[in-house]
Amino acid sequence: MKKEDSTKGNRYGMVIDLDKCTGCGVCLIACASENNVPVMYDESDKTRNITWLQIYMVTNGKEFPETEVVYIPRPCMQCDNPPCVPVCPATATDKDPTSKIISQIYTRCIGCRYCMAACPYHARVFNWFDPWFPEGMDRYLSPEVSPRMRGVVEKCSFCHHRLMRAKAKAYVKGRRDLKEDEYIPACVEACPTKAITFGDLNNPKHKVSELIKSSYAFRLLERLNTEPKVYYSSTKNWVRRMADNYLSGEYKGGD
Amino acid sequence: MDLPLIPKGVERCSLKTFAPWMFLWLLIIGWGLVSAFLCFYKGLNQTNMNHYFAFGLWIVFDLAIIALGAGAFFTGFLTHIIGKEELKAIINPAVVIGFICYSAAIAMLGVDIGQPIRGWFIFWHANVHSMLTEVSFCITAYLGVLTIEYLPLILSNRKLNEVPEFNIFGNNLHHIVALFAAAGTFLSFFHQGSLGGMYGVLFARPFAFREGFLIWPWTFFLFILSSIASGPSFTLLIVWITQKVTGKELVKRSVFNTLAKISGWLLASYIILKIVDTISWAYGVVPRAGLSFMDFYEGTYGVWLIIAEIGIFGIIPAIILITPKFRERNDLLIIGALMNITGIVFNRFVFTIQTLAIPVMPFDKFMGYFPTWQEWGIAIGSIGYGILLFSLSYRYLPLFPQEAEINPVKVFGQLVTDSGVIRRS
Repeated sequence: MKKEDSTKGNRYGMVIDLDKCTGCGVCLIACASENNVPVMYDESDKTRNITWLQIYMVTNGKEFPETEVVYIPRPCMQCDNPPCVPVCPATATDKDPTSKIISQIYTRCIGCRYCMAACPYHARVFNWFDPWFPEGMDRYLSPEVSPRMRGVVEKCSFCHHRLMRAKAKAYVKGRRDLKEDEYIPACVEACPTKAITFGDLNNPKHKVSELIKSSYAFRLLERLNTEPKVYYSSTKNWVRRMADNYLSGEYKGGD
Repeated sequence: MDLPLIPKGVERCSLKTFAPWMFLWLLIIGWGLVSAFLCFYKGLNQTNMNHYFAFGLWIVFDLAIIALGAGAFFTGFLTHIIGKEELKAIINPAVVIGFICYSAAIAMLGVDIGQPIRGWFIFWHANVHSMLTEVSFCITAYLGVLTIEYLPLILSNRKLNEVPEFNIFGNNLHHIVALFAAAGTFLSFFHQGSLGGMYGVLFARPFAFREGFLIWPWTFFLFILSSIASGPSFTLLIVWITQKVTGKELVKRSVFNTLAKISGWLLASYIILKIVDTISWAYGVVPRAGLSFMDFYEGTYGVWLIIAEIGIFGIIPAIILITPKFRERNDLLIIGALMNITGIVFNRFVFTIQTLAIPVMPFDKFMGYFPTWQEWGIAIGSIGYGILLFSLSYRYLPLFPQEAEINPVKVFGQLVTDSGVIRRS
């Protein structure tokens, strides 16, 4: 498969500061309401409910009083080398050449779930049930995002409709490029501790392009060469270590 | 009652015995149909699959029956292309088994996808980079080839053959069967390989990922080899079961020997390559991903799986089947064939279920999966369909060319040949 040049055009990504994340879940709620995520009869079944953004609670495994907890919000990693895109038999998912966002065409997805098997982050979810919105909730549905039908795969789109909206507004003003704050996903906007920074990783003026250079910045499962565009940041060594698999003695970042 | 439909020169049980046998399998097919209806009507929530187990029992079953159905193309290749005349005795049942396996697999895939009505999107919006696209194209085309190979057999039914048009059409098809055998071989090599490639290309799943040659991961070649190693064993086993059920010898023992020998040597080569592949994976892909070999084996999906797959159900049947004095013993022949098949089914299970059960993110956990009755219904229903179609084919079609010769029918002390001519014994 021909590899496209990721350094050209926009390359949207985010940096999540895990030292700031309290695990409150507001990002998750904002994501769900922004993207018309349906409600399941049994939301306690986390292996089948629909969520584009999952929050993992991880501890350092030590006894009290040395116990430390970190919450890891996990949207779609929007990989530069996505394992899900080349496997889809019906071209229902693709990497957008202008934004580098991984798209999902719900009306083309046949529901074979091969992309889910390919993704190591479990960022993709399948509609095992018909979408259901409890009475009253249907009035809050966003007209900008199409609800998904039973039997298709869906995932985080970095609120792609917000990008479209921002681009349209900029176009009216006679601009082609977006300012840093003109396009941000719902989760970024909602975070009460401002733990998530979003922007164009290719644009040196955007804060994210600086943040990813920090020695505290890391990505999940970097060794698998998926090249995620979602970065994390933590001053804690054990947090950075548990982002990937290491053989004993292999991790050089300290304890 | 159905006597005019039964091939000449052979004996079949009475319809009174055959009908309850059919009824039993119809009941099992009914279970499958009810399950399929529920999956279509209510959705795939009827299964125990989830976001972790995106694939379940059906994909394991699909992969297994497609591998075992390889007996059809491989026997066709050996008979028509290589010219192994001896295998003509077994080519018909091999084709019927292949047709059953592939049609059941495609039907099962139709239930397995979340949007069955959009199944044709694979062809319309084909992504040429996906191994699944290649699988879909090849198995659909190959089912067409199998239908064409099955057709002359159906048309050779005594009653149908009386229709001149059918007779001519069937005969003409028969003459060009080598062409279809060649097409079948080409298509089968690619989809058997692509099924393995499907897992081998998952570069973010270290358990399944394999390096390879050009665009093909090593699993591509291993799946081809394992399917042609197990396919003849499966054909052998089905024919042997048919002999036991009917209480008749249908194929000369030498044919079994040939099949077992081919199967055994292919299995032995496969197992050697599989061991090489496992070692190179354990020392290559695994440490590069920061993992150790034992990280992949936990709980139910423990290290016993690899011991069972390669050791017990790989090396042992290979030894049994390649050793003449072992394969000449009926009991060992059947045990060898059965173990060979079990090993390949294990392999397909491991690649499908274990790949998904293993957590890749360090803070994720091992998952377990057990199918619902609806999932079992569709899988077992497809076995019922297979037995039903094979029984019907055996009863009404001249499936075994050697049957009449080995089991001459006596009428008033005189032998009836397969052409229906009575001669003195």
